[in-house]
Amino acid sequence: MENIWFLVVALMLATYVVLDGFDLGVGALYKIVAPTADERSVVRRSIGPVWDANEVWLLAAGGTMYFAFPSLYAASFSGFYLPLMLVLWLLIGRALGLELRGYLPDTLAKEICDAVFTVSSALLAVVFGAALGNVVRGVPIDADGYFFLPLWTNFWPGEDAGVLDVYTVFCGVVALLALGTHGAHYLVLKTTEAVQSRARRVAVWGTRLLPVGTLASLAATLAVRPRVLDNFRAQPVGVLLPLLVVASLATMFWALHRRNEKLAFVASCSYLIAMLGGAAFALYPTLLTSVPFPERSLTVSNSATGGYAMRVGLTWWILGVLLVSVTFHFLYRSFRGKILPGADEHEHE
Amino acid sequence: MYDSAVDTALTVHRLHFAFTATFHYLFPQLTMGLAPLIVVCKLLALRRPSPALDEAARFLARIFGVTFVFGVVTGIPMEFQFGTNWARFSKFAGGVIGQTLAMEGMFAFFMESAFLGLFLFGEKRLSRRAHLATAFAVFFGSWLSGYFIVATDAWMQHPVGYTLMPNNMVQLTDFWALLLNPWAYWQYVHTMGGAAVTGAFACAALGAYYLLHGRHREVSGILLKVGIVAAAISCVWQIFPSGDNQGKLVAHHQPATLAAMEGLFHTPPAGAPMVLLGQPNTDEQRIDNVLEVPGVLSFLTYQRWNAEIKGVSSFPVDTRPDNIALLYYSYHVMVGLGTILLALVGLASWLWWRGRLLTTRPILWALMLSAPLPFIANTAGWTTAELGRQPWLVYGLLRTAQGTSHRVSAGNGLFSLLGFMGIYTVLAIVFVLLVTRVIARGPSDEHA
Repeated sequence: MENIWFLVVALMLATYVVLDGFDLGVGALYKIVAPTADERSVVRRSIGPVWDANEVWLLAAGGTMYFAFPSLYAASFSGFYLPLMLVLWLLIGRALGLELRGYLPDTLAKEICDAVFTVSSALLAVVFGAALGNVVRGVPIDADGYFFLPLWTNFWPGEDAGVLDVYTVFCGVVALLALGTHGAHYLVLKTTEAVQSRARRVAVWGTRLLPVGTLASLAATLAVRPRVLDNFRAQPVGVLLPLLVVASLATMFWALHRRNEKLAFVASCSYLIAMLGGAAFALYPTLLTSVPFPERSLTVSNSATGGYAMRVGLTWWILGVLLVSVTFHFLYRSFRGKILPGADEHEHE
Repeated sequence: MYDSAVDTALTVHRLHFAFTATFHYLFPQLTMGLAPLIVVCKLLALRRPSPALDEAARFLARIFGVTFVFGVVTGIPMEFQFGTNWARFSKFAGGVIGQTLAMEGMFAFFMESAFLGLFLFGEKRLSRRAHLATAFAVFFGSWLSGYFIVATDAWMQHPVGYTLMPNNMVQLTDFWALLLNPWAYWQYVHTMGGAAVTGAFACAALGAYYLLHGRHREVSGILLKVGIVAAAISCVWQIFPSGDNQGKLVAHHQPATLAAMEGLFHTPPAGAPMVLLGQPNTDEQRIDNVLEVPGVLSFLTYQRWNAEIKGVSSFPVDTRPDNIALLYYSYHVMVGLGTILLALVGLASWLWWRGRLLTTRPILWALMLSAPLPFIANTAGWTTAELGRQPWLVYGLLRTAQGTSHRVSAGNGLFSLLGFMGIYTVLAIVFVLLVTRVIARGPSDEHA
């Protein structure tokens, strides 16, 4: 049962990364792909009606993790206290920058909103990447199952590492690259004219850099955690995930070349899913690695809630996810097609 | 020295949650209160098409839209803080309240976020009925979200449907007991009633404001009347049955809390009085400058004028609420403001019945100026509930001091508390600026 919930939480987090990932990427590219006011309006409208619902996946995944693995939630949220406070402030800034812009008459106020929105989008991508890096690298869990990490120490992934070290920052940079590319593919799909051609250029460069980033992050991970491939050796079927990463990257190149916008975006989605799936496969059954005492690691079995709760939860979760699927289908359907410049925006002026 | 450091950290974590929760709840109480009024305006407009009714709904939706954004961004930190600041509590109780918190995400947040955009910006593209449906979905989603949160708090007030495991964590044993906790029922209807009071008075105050200015006469008349009807229903509801039953639950299950919030330091020989005014003197264990009505507390609780109600001093020291003065004040502020608001809306209804409502400027002034009072009453109500639960985090099971994130030091907690204070100050200023702008522009007279 706890394995099902591991899968559920992993799936929800992957959904979050794929969905909110594109609007974080779009946010990071906001100023690069859209220099003029009209173009910026197009970019905002390309994510306007969906970004909030996308972000709910983070809350829902967090809530589900809390429900299924309370000890993991308690340990990781208090241990990563400082970066999570940063995440909260960035989420607040990003949402306000995007949503309040239309209510503000002053052009300077709009400029502040734009800056806050794009900077916090980019930083969130980096922090999420660094967070994954921390989970892979491991944290110093104490005998009671808790830890506390400073933001940084000597920036080196040793036993007394902080949240940010060269490895986790590198993970953050790769995440920004991946989500930026993802956002660029999305913009190519949703926009036209100048914005689209700028986004395409970003997508092309991003797609060229991604294989390099992917390989480099694999090498760095092997250096930090040499045993990370053990699961793949024990269960060779897991190799399908890295193969899917390679296939997704190849498809992305091909689709960009053929100007197949939809396929390129889908390939970018499957790249992200395969990367996260690979990480989850490598970690299983560990949820949070402990260094230097591996026996203190939080695992699927030592952090799960009771059997009854998990069974009841599965019933409502399946019902809930069906409802959510219908809602998202409806939401994205009513929002299909290209965003054209000049059409009416939901500005409140 | 070690103990004082732990105490400081406990204070910081408590302030952290109290500050962010208090600030957060200023926004949802308004959106949850306005949502049904918007639905009512749209329903009325469906039965009897009227451009002014449509415009009233549109105008309320603009206020709703701005407020909703602030509710969302200040709400996300609440879910995080269960883990960041209250890790030992999360580990202890996650097996039970993880259910309600996760369900809130899956069932309420998705619905709200997906339909909000359609509701706020979709009026031109959707049919009347479809647009009404999106308004209803947003209303339903936000009230459903309220239920899951109240059910979570109700479990902390009155734990049910669980078993305590040998590893000192609780596990759920009865899902329906958790969802249908009797405490959750009364706390929910009382909380939602409070939100309805906030929405109703905000609506009436907006109508009164434009009438005093002589602007938007048609729309402002609608706002005023819809507001007064809603205020009358919700104010009565807050006292009876919801407040009455909530009070009885406290009396039966948290008797020390009842004594402290009523300012009853010692068990009275015959029949407990209701203290109306006075300052609790915790050193001497009495109320200074007291103004009280004999026997009323006994009657309200047990329907007998001389029923015994235990005073604070008859409970062991380590089970008494730890801030009796503030608890007493928050409860009395809530009840006092509720009474004032009920009297005000009663007077307004009487004038309406006599046909003089729109022309009696003093009542319009009073209604306009009373808009902040429900916010204070709601805040005081939550303060009563949560201070009243002390010294327990989960009543009778886990003490507040045992629930903090013990690895997060006072210094780190203070860092983020100060950060939130700074950010929320900016948020408050921006919110006031934006709402002032929406109000200054007012409803559109062309009824476009």
